[in-house]
Amino acid sequence: MRYTALSTSKFSFRFSVIVLLACGAAAGQSPTYKLGRTPTEAEVRAWDHAVGPDGKELPAGSGSAVEGAKIYATKCSFCHGKNAEGIFPFPRLAGGVGTYNTPNPIRSSAAYLPYATTIWDFINRAMPRESEGTLTPDEIYAVTAFILFKNGTIKETDVLDKKSLPEIVMPNRFGFFPDPPQSAPDKERGWLPYWNQVPIAKDSKPAAKNEQASAAQ
Amino acid sequence: MNSNVPDRRGFLKKSAALAGLAVGAIPFAKGTAHAADNPLPDDPTIEDLSYGARSRFETTYRVHSVGALNANGLRNLTPLQDTMGVITPAALHFLVLREQHLPNIDPREHTLLIHGMVDRPLIFTMEELKRFPSVSRIHFLECTGNSGLMHYKSYLADKKRSPDLTKEMHIIQALHGRTSCSEWTGVPLSLLLQEAGVQKGAKWIVAEGNDSEHHAKSMPLEKCLDDVIVAYGQNGEALRREQGYPLRLIVPGWQGVNNVKYLRNIKVVDHPYYFQSETSAYTNLRPDGKATIYESQVGPKSLITFPCDAHHLKGPGYYQITGLAWCGRGAISRVEVSTDNGATWKDAVLQTPVFNKAHTRFRFDWTWNGSETVIMSRCTNEFGDIQPTMLELAQLWGNNREPHLSGDAVERFWEGANISEFLNNPIQLWKVGQDGSVSDALYSTFNVKV
Repeated sequence: MRYTALSTSKFSFRFSVIVLLACGAAAGQSPTYKLGRTPTEAEVRAWDHAVGPDGKELPAGSGSAVEGAKIYATKCSFCHGKNAEGIFPFPRLAGGVGTYNTPNPIRSSAAYLPYATTIWDFINRAMPRESEGTLTPDEIYAVTAFILFKNGTIKETDVLDKKSLPEIVMPNRFGFFPDPPQSAPDKERGWLPYWNQVPIAKDSKPAAKNEQASAAQ
Repeated sequence: MNSNVPDRRGFLKKSAALAGLAVGAIPFAKGTAHAADNPLPDDPTIEDLSYGARSRFETTYRVHSVGALNANGLRNLTPLQDTMGVITPAALHFLVLREQHLPNIDPREHTLLIHGMVDRPLIFTMEELKRFPSVSRIHFLECTGNSGLMHYKSYLADKKRSPDLTKEMHIIQALHGRTSCSEWTGVPLSLLLQEAGVQKGAKWIVAEGNDSEHHAKSMPLEKCLDDVIVAYGQNGEALRREQGYPLRLIVPGWQGVNNVKYLRNIKVVDHPYYFQSETSAYTNLRPDGKATIYESQVGPKSLITFPCDAHHLKGPGYYQITGLAWCGRGAISRVEVSTDNGATWKDAVLQTPVFNKAHTRFRFDWTWNGSETVIMSRCTNEFGDIQPTMLELAQLWGNNREPHLSGDAVERFWEGANISEFLNNPIQLWKVGQDGSVSDALYSTFNVKV
């Protein structure tokens, strides 16, 4: 009896393991074509680094322009200039606010942004060139703070972290349209190019004369 | 595998030699008339036979342009002046990379992760992606900055700086060569998203590449569910390395920057992420100081590719004017050509079939009488959207701030354009001189200093 009981439980244990494995594999695959698998947490974490305006994905850590100045001087100033003024062809990172509606607008890579989180995200993903991914979160917070300080957006001693960085209101926050951006096509016009398309022709007959042609003469 | 190489080579060499002997006997017997015109046939190399190369007499190539961003990246542009039909060979497809390196990705190691607002996060190997039902579609790609003034300025600067090196650089290629058209093969992104189960409330995706800058782009989910392809094939073979090998996005009809190469990660989200590549770059500043953002669809555009500034007409007589038209929305339905400076327009013949969001070849019979003139083309898509003139572009750009537009308005438009990355789609004018020379008659008419 005991032997039988044991063997039965052994059997059912083995059987349930097989069922579990089968279920596990099925649950991990795509439902229709049974391809792919469920990624591990580590696999998702390794690629879940994009930081949006709400800063949800920002890691722990902090830094201010004081520490940022030292890191900037050794790792960034070679291309972006001592004071974030840029060295052609590498972009300037400071200045330009108030010039956007003038004949000579200056569109620097930081002041012009609607959200400060973009600076953190871009340094984290692509800077410094040739040694991308070498800065620690503390260092990235500090360099971000230095760039914002050079733009007059924050004070030199302000500490940036996961909470304070997304709260910064950038000077050009409302300089973009449509706001929020178009996330669905327009019924009549599709995905709108806002200005680089002439209105739909009511009369599809071509214009008698090309205006530009005469302007060019 | 490696041990087979010498044997195979030896075999090919041998058979080539045998073939040479057998065939060689005939031209030899026929005499030397053939040889006087052409170099003698030679033994093909293993490369000629295993992966064909073009004739040594064909020399068209992608010119390198330092472009407006100078040394900051790689830019090689399609020689539109030498294109035929609608397909650009992969080897001549333009490339614009914002960094100096080309990734070396082993497809056996490469995976695509789909996560975020989905019921079932999934990770796929390349082998698995290729097992999904696939599609092949013909679509153009165009860099956002194509035909922009900033590139015209850098073209002039290049010419000035190194006249010898830039002798073969023409407006058609240097300014307009950031567009190409291929047949792309891959899995519809909608299918992969369906497998992952998009959750309610999701509106956007974030796509990222595995290049060293981890190029990232936000895109509306609705576009992704419409016609976006996760592509691994181009023109019947695997993607080229500079085109994103082994995997890239093809976002039909949308600006080049959206077509993320080396695609590694897709996160489904409920808002756009405002990446550097969609804020500090690729936004369009208007004269009123406001900028358009996430403006992606390419407007209707056409271009005469023969004759253009890379050509010289031999004298009066028959010429077939030909060119390309494309649009980010639907198919091209009409291309008109004017050979009298815009006074009259006639319909060109479109190569069929005409594909959606693809280069469309047009052809137009022309007998040049030898006098100076300006030729141009303009296209219309199936929705009635018409390619604008430069003046009309300036009008739209000016946004009612200039009630009576003048040449100054165009100048001012250009000033703004200099720091904006919009897709510029004006009617291009080519001036044909009495001597048969062909030159740009649009950009060169504005007062651009370098």
